[in-house]
Amino acid sequence: MADLITPDLVDLDLTQTERGEATRALAERLQAAGRVTDLEQFLADVRAREAQMPTGIEGGIGIPHCRSVAVTEPTLGFGRSTQGIDWGAADGPAHLIFLIAAPEGGGAEHMGILAKLARKLIHPSFRDSLHQAPDAEAVVSLVNKEVLGQ
Amino acid sequence: MKIVAVTSCPTGIAHTYMAAEALEQAAKDAGHEIQVETQGAAGAEAVPDAAIADADAVVFAADVEVRNRERFAGKPLVQTSVKRAINDASGLIAEAEAAARTGSAGGVMAGAAAEAQESAAMETAARPETKVDQGAGLGTRLRQWLMTGVSYMIPFVAAGGILIALAFLIGGPQVANKVNGGTFEGTEYQAVTDMSKLIVQAGYAGLMFKIGAVAFSMLVPILAGFIAYAMGDRPALVAGIVGGLIAVEISAGFLGGLAAGLLAGAIVMWIKRIKVPRGVAGIMPVVVIPLVSTLVVGALMLVVIGQPIAALQSGLTDWLEGLSGSNAILLGIILGLMMAFDMGGPVNKVAYAFGLAALASGNLKIMAAVMAAGMTPPLGLALATVVRKNLFTKAERQAGEAAWLLGASFITEGAIPFAAADPLRVIPALMVGSAVTGALVMGFGDESRAPHGGIWVVGLISKPFLWVLAILIGMVVTAAGVILLKSTGAKETDIEPAASRQATTA
Repeated sequence: MADLITPDLVDLDLTQTERGEATRALAERLQAAGRVTDLEQFLADVRAREAQMPTGIEGGIGIPHCRSVAVTEPTLGFGRSTQGIDWGAADGPAHLIFLIAAPEGGGAEHMGILAKLARKLIHPSFRDSLHQAPDAEAVVSLVNKEVLGQ
Repeated sequence: MKIVAVTSCPTGIAHTYMAAEALEQAAKDAGHEIQVETQGAAGAEAVPDAAIADADAVVFAADVEVRNRERFAGKPLVQTSVKRAINDASGLIAEAEAAARTGSAGGVMAGAAAEAQESAAMETAARPETKVDQGAGLGTRLRQWLMTGVSYMIPFVAAGGILIALAFLIGGPQVANKVNGGTFEGTEYQAVTDMSKLIVQAGYAGLMFKIGAVAFSMLVPILAGFIAYAMGDRPALVAGIVGGLIAVEISAGFLGGLAAGLLAGAIVMWIKRIKVPRGVAGIMPVVVIPLVSTLVVGALMLVVIGQPIAALQSGLTDWLEGLSGSNAILLGIILGLMMAFDMGGPVNKVAYAFGLAALASGNLKIMAAVMAAGMTPPLGLALATVVRKNLFTKAERQAGEAAWLLGASFITEGAIPFAAADPLRVIPALMVGSAVTGALVMGFGDESRAPHGGIWVVGLISKPFLWVLAILIGMVVTAAGVILLKSTGAKETDIEPAASRQATTA
């Protein structure tokens, strides 16, 4: 299985101010890395999930995600926004954006890793570390350490 | 304090787990024990029933329907959105404490569990109502598989059957011929081939008949599909439904559908056990399993089962023709047995076609016997569900209510839900009842000028009172037989699968 996240899937300086645009910017990274085969299909799937209920949670977190046939590997795209992007949470805009892409029909192993990642997002220490990460490599190693235990 | 919780969200990959983590943290911080069932994409590990029994409170943090919520019936409940659990888990835990103190904040009362409690004391609410209890013996699981298929099929029987019966009532029994063609009472009708002319040719009754007939055409595919689904989950649905469609195509009836569904489910269960390389694992449930299982089931149904059924039908037809000169009562018994054996399947069709052929050649007695014998199975079962409620599941009792109208209208398919759920006990009873009715009608010498319509064409039947008497006797015999067979060694009949189980892991 490929890594959940690589440095080129990280954008520490998201300039977009709108949910859809920010999602697209991260999704393009997934596409460039070969993790997403059909960008528009993937974005449509993410929008469909977002339309059911915005994925933002308190503490400045946005978690756009979907299961999609356009996804080849379970993948995390990560973006950080200084000015913040409204993600539908009651307490204000999101500064940490986690774009979670799961393949449709992914096995229990795939889904188990994403489940572990989701559980980590709750922990303030994990969030703080991501806020402070100096570069993309630091984000990758942090995720690998916390989620995969590597 | 002990808490059990269920978390679930639309996609099942993010918020479900975040809520679970948040609840676990908050419960730990507050000094409580908690077990969380994450109904997400990684597969739900069910909270053990023992933990539920011990729990002081239940928390549902769910944006989609909690699966198998009947398990939690009677427990103090706090129900909220999945986001609330993420954003304010400690507040939620505090609410759970309050709910536990007051005994019940509404309490978990699932629709199915509520009905179960109200309708039958033996259906205890605490009993696990999972779709299929994986730990159970093969016999129990087989019955649960069949019941799952049946429970999805019943609405089709009810909707289709009642539409057809109403069409007969409104448009007269010749409505069937107006739609499908054929002769009724000497009038020749052309089948409706262009559906845009349906209402012009057959009227609104014809429209209802057509819709009902289409719903009926799905009985066997739905039965087969959801038996397979119960066994092998979503990947098995296609093989089951396609197998069921082929069963219809080759005139294998609902018994063919049972075979197709069980076959499809078994093949999928077997494929799932094969270890495959990781690269392939991802496409197994969406591509490989559906493809392989559908091919295998379809081929087996068409090649292995199709031929013998055609041979069986022509053999039976020849045999019946050979018998037609002999003892009338014996012929009535045989026709009754055949009508009730598979309700629309190959054997039933031969008997009915024999009646039609006799009608066309001027012998009206055979059709009177065939029609009466085809009415007693649903009627007898309807009677049995009223007399001995507790031998039937909730779903079956509901099917029983529709079965009165279906039986009275000579829609033998009304008995299929019962026969499919418990074929070895139900079918023999139906056959005995229909044989009695068939023999009586032949003995009375009733004649029918109508090929269908049931009680609604009683005006076209000679000696109608004796004909109705024969049906009533057969109905009572059928009900008595069903009750007798179901009461002996049938301790499992109260197993009721959760028919409303969510089809997907959202």
